[in-house]
Amino acid sequence: MKTEMAGIEIRDLHLSFGDTKVLTGINLTIRPGEFFAFLGPSGSGKSTLLRAIAGFGPQPRGEILIGGRDIATLPPWKRDVGMVFQSYALWPHMSVRENVAFGLEERRVPRPEIRKRVDEALALVGLSHLADRMPNQLSGGQQQRIALARTVVIEPKVLLLDEPLSNLDASLRVQMRRELLALQRKLGLTTIFVTHDQEEANTTSDRMAVLDGGVIQQIGSPQELYDRPVNLFVARFLGTANILEGRVETEGGAARFRTATGDVLSLPVEGRTGPSSIVLRPQNIRIEEQAGTGTLPGEVLHREFLGSQVRYLVRAAGTEIVVDQSHRAGEIWLDPGARVYLAANTRDAVLIPQGA
Amino acid sequence: MTQGPQPQGGPLPLADRLPAFLFPRLSPIALVGLFIALILVGFLIYPVLQVIAVAFQNPTTGALTLENFGDFFNSSLFRQSFFNSFYVSALSVVLATVIALPLAYITTRFNFSGSILIQSLGFIPLIMPPFVGAVAMQLIFGRNGTINLLLRDHLGITIPFMEGLNGVILVQSIHYFPFILINLSASLRNIDRSMEEAAQNLGAHGLRLFRRIVFPLATPGYIAGAALVFIKVFDDLGTPLLLNVNNMLAPQAYLRITSVGLNDPMGYVISVILVAFSILSLWASFLVMRGKDYATVQKGGGGLAKRDLALREKILAYGVVLFILLIVLSPHIGLLLLSFGTIWSFAPLPDGYTLANYVRMWEGSQQYVMNTLLYAGIAATLDVIIGTAIAYIVLRTGIAGRKWLDYMATAALAVPGVVLGIGYLRTFQNVDVPLVGKPLASWWVIIAIALMIRRLPYALRACMAALQQVSLALEEAAESLGAGKFRTIRRIVVPLMAGGILAGFVTSFATAAVELSATIMLVSNDRDSPLAYGIYLFMQTPSGRGAGAALGVLAVVIVALGTVLSQIIIERDKKLRTAGRA
Repeated sequence: MKTEMAGIEIRDLHLSFGDTKVLTGINLTIRPGEFFAFLGPSGSGKSTLLRAIAGFGPQPRGEILIGGRDIATLPPWKRDVGMVFQSYALWPHMSVRENVAFGLEERRVPRPEIRKRVDEALALVGLSHLADRMPNQLSGGQQQRIALARTVVIEPKVLLLDEPLSNLDASLRVQMRRELLALQRKLGLTTIFVTHDQEEANTTSDRMAVLDGGVIQQIGSPQELYDRPVNLFVARFLGTANILEGRVETEGGAARFRTATGDVLSLPVEGRTGPSSIVLRPQNIRIEEQAGTGTLPGEVLHREFLGSQVRYLVRAAGTEIVVDQSHRAGEIWLDPGARVYLAANTRDAVLIPQGA
Repeated sequence: MTQGPQPQGGPLPLADRLPAFLFPRLSPIALVGLFIALILVGFLIYPVLQVIAVAFQNPTTGALTLENFGDFFNSSLFRQSFFNSFYVSALSVVLATVIALPLAYITTRFNFSGSILIQSLGFIPLIMPPFVGAVAMQLIFGRNGTINLLLRDHLGITIPFMEGLNGVILVQSIHYFPFILINLSASLRNIDRSMEEAAQNLGAHGLRLFRRIVFPLATPGYIAGAALVFIKVFDDLGTPLLLNVNNMLAPQAYLRITSVGLNDPMGYVISVILVAFSILSLWASFLVMRGKDYATVQKGGGGLAKRDLALREKILAYGVVLFILLIVLSPHIGLLLLSFGTIWSFAPLPDGYTLANYVRMWEGSQQYVMNTLLYAGIAATLDVIIGTAIAYIVLRTGIAGRKWLDYMATAALAVPGVVLGIGYLRTFQNVDVPLVGKPLASWWVIIAIALMIRRLPYALRACMAALQQVSLALEEAAESLGAGKFRTIRRIVVPLMAGGILAGFVTSFATAAVELSATIMLVSNDRDSPLAYGIYLFMQTPSGRGAGAALGVLAVVIVALGTVLSQIIIERDKKLRTAGRA
């Protein structure tokens, strides 16, 4: 199976349901062959955006270009965009083979070729032996693969996946996302993957867009988004974030962060002075028994053993701070009530100016 | 199952002090089940088996034989009747489909303001017994009815809408099409939007999309509705009788039994054929639907996408819908005109309008109305009591053979009223009721029992549905707080089921009130007649038609009130439930 690689470009897209604005000012470029994720909480507009690309839902304003051609006003059946539905949407009155053949029949592909391509697609997902089953005789994972085969068999220009793993149980989900990625690499198909699960997005996508309130918050690789969130929403949504409010000050050429409670953290580089938030990941904070320069005094509130790590909840700097300590065998843990000092590795911290 | 160890206090009950072999231990609930089973066997299974047995017996020697069936098929009248029944049923299904399909399609696929009109008015036919509308239809569509008089005057043609079998087909399809409309609409609504979108995504649209995806997914609902229409028409007695079409199976059975006598085997042979066809079509629809649970709506899915109509399409849609509704409501319009009319003959409309018919109806039919309230009241009360008991036994206990209660009660669906009537006459003609001095077959109570059996499947479904909504945990909570089985049922289960039970009662009552086919066989004198039979008697003479129509209007009002009431109860119950959950 071969596909011509096509990029996707979305220009100033707006979409509303009646009077409710669902998507606002979406601008996005997805490179040919890229595995791209739309990540966001429910109601963020990520599925709506995906459906708009496929041609479902209300007509949006703006342009959607696939391989350079604007398809925003084409009906769904003329878009050449393959979509795998969250519910798989396998037609229960057709066998697996009939389901997979459907798109080719609609394209008036000659019979012998349909047969050959359906066989190839089923082989691709490893389910050739189930060709004559009915969908209700398949397990969730098998249905998922058939839905995928049904979509890729028509060799679409782009592949859209709407929360494809959400109906699978946890262990299968991990396996399927690897298979999905392997398949995407093999076909070189430009793919958009909608999910609310950051782990799914992190493990599969080349780049992703984080959406909230119908607006793209940030676009970048998983690492970029985790390490350098541009705003508090992205910081909180990806991973666990400790956020301290305060302001950036400079004194004698050295920058430092003064929290609202008056505690001071030194900063490695000069930041933009003014009111700001500092984002500290749990693994970027160390627990010390003794006070040092720039440490925050605190009290252990709670402890959770997570296996490779011990997660402490510490009250410090007027808030509750999550700290992960990697665990070594036989290590003595701190108990709730213990007085400790937190040393933050501000080199890995992110400063987010107020208002961002 | 919920049967935990039952705390026993006080002295041992009598049963425990007797040797076990004398008195096998049965829980009180099992005894209730046994009692219900006896009722069902006595008033449903045995009489029907009796009918079947007689059909296979030589009438004089009692020997097992097939010659009755031979006689049946050797008679050209019966062959004709058989063919006619089949033909009428099949064409009624076709015509009902033609009526229902556009309505279902328009309501489920488009944002159409007339949908409410369809949803409410489309179901009105069901609240009128078909035979009641038949006479009114004669006056509108008959040879000298409104439409043909107008056609003759203006175009010089007439259309034989109501001639012979055509009349039966027209009346039946107008009456029964809602079964297809309801089932087909429900099926269409249950299709998940992604089913359609997946097809569009892969390149299908328009009519092809409808033919390859939407309609196949809706077929189970369509088949269920169509099978129901087929059986109802095949079994119906009242409509052909009133239209004076006697060469069909049900009327033949009735006429043989009432004119030739209870020992004539032909009535029984016809009964066997009616039952066989009922079972066959239920079975066929079961086969077609097996493994086809196409209710595919997923979370966050919702039904098919609805499209807005352009102005031109909207006008067209309204035109189609109003045209169909006008036809569908013509029996009601006709009945109303007839009931208020003075003389209506050879004229498009009645000559004048009066209330005299209602006065006459009221003077002549108070007895009918009282009888109806009594019979339908008894039948519906027993239905919900037995229905609740069966539902509880089937869903909440592990009593051996409990499913058979459900099967037996539901089997009544496959037994046409005529057959049940014949079975009762045959079985109970020699069973004398003590103190009354009459055989059970001609005592009025048998009519109430027949109605009870006929409506039981519907009441049972309502009770089952109601009980399924009651979480088991609620019962277990009561039991763990010390309430015994019966007290739990009385204080927790029944109050929580109340809405569903009440709705079941009201529908049973309303439909039993206008049932004709079983009662017409069992009414032994005019004094015992219910309303439906009263209408039938009035309609026999041209001079009684006005009063008959007035009585028909009364029947429609009773059923309509019942339907509205049960809808209100169900809605209120639903609200209560969701409020309790939030």
